[in-house]
Amino acid sequence: MIEIHNIHKSFNGVKVLDGISGVFESGKMNMLLGASGTGKSVLLKCIVGLVKPDLGSITYDGRIFANNKLDIKQEIRRKIGMLFQGSALFDSMNVSENVEFPLRMLTDMSREERRERVEFCLKRVGLENAGKKMPSELSGGMKKRVGIARAIAPHCTYLFCDEPNSGLDPLTAITIDELIKEITQEYNITTLVVTHDMNSVLEYGDNVMFLYKGKKLWEGHSTEIMDTHVKELNDFIFSNRLMRDAKKVEQIEEQLEEEQNREDQK
Amino acid sequence: MKTFGAFLLFLSSLVKRGESPRILFQRTIDEAILIGIDSIFIVAVVSSFIGAVTCVQISYNLTNALIPKSTIGFMVREMTILELAPTITSIVLAGKVGSNIAGGLGTMRITEQVDALEVMGINPSSYLVMPKILAALLVFPMLVIIAMFLSILGGYLAGSLSGALSGQEYITGLRSSFIPYNITFALIKSVVFAFLVASISSYQGYFTSGGALEVGRASTKAVTNSVIAILIADYVCAEILL
Repeated sequence: MIEIHNIHKSFNGVKVLDGISGVFESGKMNMLLGASGTGKSVLLKCIVGLVKPDLGSITYDGRIFANNKLDIKQEIRRKIGMLFQGSALFDSMNVSENVEFPLRMLTDMSREERRERVEFCLKRVGLENAGKKMPSELSGGMKKRVGIARAIAPHCTYLFCDEPNSGLDPLTAITIDELIKEITQEYNITTLVVTHDMNSVLEYGDNVMFLYKGKKLWEGHSTEIMDTHVKELNDFIFSNRLMRDAKKVEQIEEQLEEEQNREDQK
Repeated sequence: MKTFGAFLLFLSSLVKRGESPRILFQRTIDEAILIGIDSIFIVAVVSSFIGAVTCVQISYNLTNALIPKSTIGFMVREMTILELAPTITSIVLAGKVGSNIAGGLGTMRITEQVDALEVMGINPSSYLVMPKILAALLVFPMLVIIAMFLSILGGYLAGSLSGALSGQEYITGLRSSFIPYNITFALIKSVVFAFLVASISSYQGYFTSGGALEVGRASTKAVTNSVIAILIADYVCAEILL
């Protein structure tokens, strides 16, 4: 379980996070929802220690993380797995080496143990035959899977995903969301997903925190989100629906156009 | 001053939370191979031609019949060891290795690979930068020795083939009034230049922010700043050590 309390962060005098507090439970998909520029990624970076908050506390299972001694921070960090928006795979290493990297750096596993763990993790994400491929040879979805495999390889307790389905087609996005959900429940991990995709929230989310202009405006279970009376959240849900509808209209138009072309050719 | 302070803080971060000696050794050897093997060809070409041109130009300017032709060999040796081999080789390496380091680190930064290391609890500067600096300190002097040898050989071939002086005269010049300390001086300079090129380029690459355009800018800045630093350090070394 991760607890954050009164997190504040400003950049060059501009307030990005304004007193955010909340609890992210283990074994649950905790979703951090909000439009672009609302501070979701900054909050995530504060929680994992990439950005130092100006004020506030972050605790991992009761252990203070932010502003603590480096040794303790390192110890907690070794239990963290993170899936980055662009996957952040190491270009110079192949898929197996990428997954093996945290094991080689952070554990005392023997070469054989590491090989077995890499094989297991790649199999778990459905990439058992991609070990020798380089990141440049992978599709966006495959990169995300490798990112997940690398994150879970050292038996992480906390999993952070920064917009895991951005840039993916709807089907692949669903597969990635499903995979994260399965892994979260299977290993009882505390998972925090930053997203602006309402599909992900409604289908796979458990606890949801909605951020707006650096403030937490709503928090609750994903099943309650449609009944909320928070105007900004309703607007966000509505705009998401509009986007989805617009996409559907676009797809239908494309299909009609293709059919028309076929008929013209006949 | 602010940039210089940030640069010093960056250097101090290299030794904090350092990697285990085994990993540091492995990474340093990998980097040394990348820096060294890939640079041998360009260093060989540049140094051979510089030695050849130096020999031809000295012989062109040496018109006084009272000065023995072996002086050409002597001057090629002195210029090569004292200045051309360490400084020109380092400037060439600043272009090749410096841009490579800055570009590589810059790309890692903007694609969040550096953040990925940080999240794993690995000190990115120690893991990525320290081996590059150690490798440069190891490889630059070796490349400078190769450059010295090839530059003098280039001078020998150019002098013999053009008929400016005989091979025997050139070798006589090479062997006259030799001061072994000059070699030490050149190697000290190469170590100083290696540190400057690797650390300045790493600093520029490590703190890249933005996109591909900024990576290009960081590479250009790395080369420019490294070359300026080499020239300043060259003067300072000459003042202090000679």
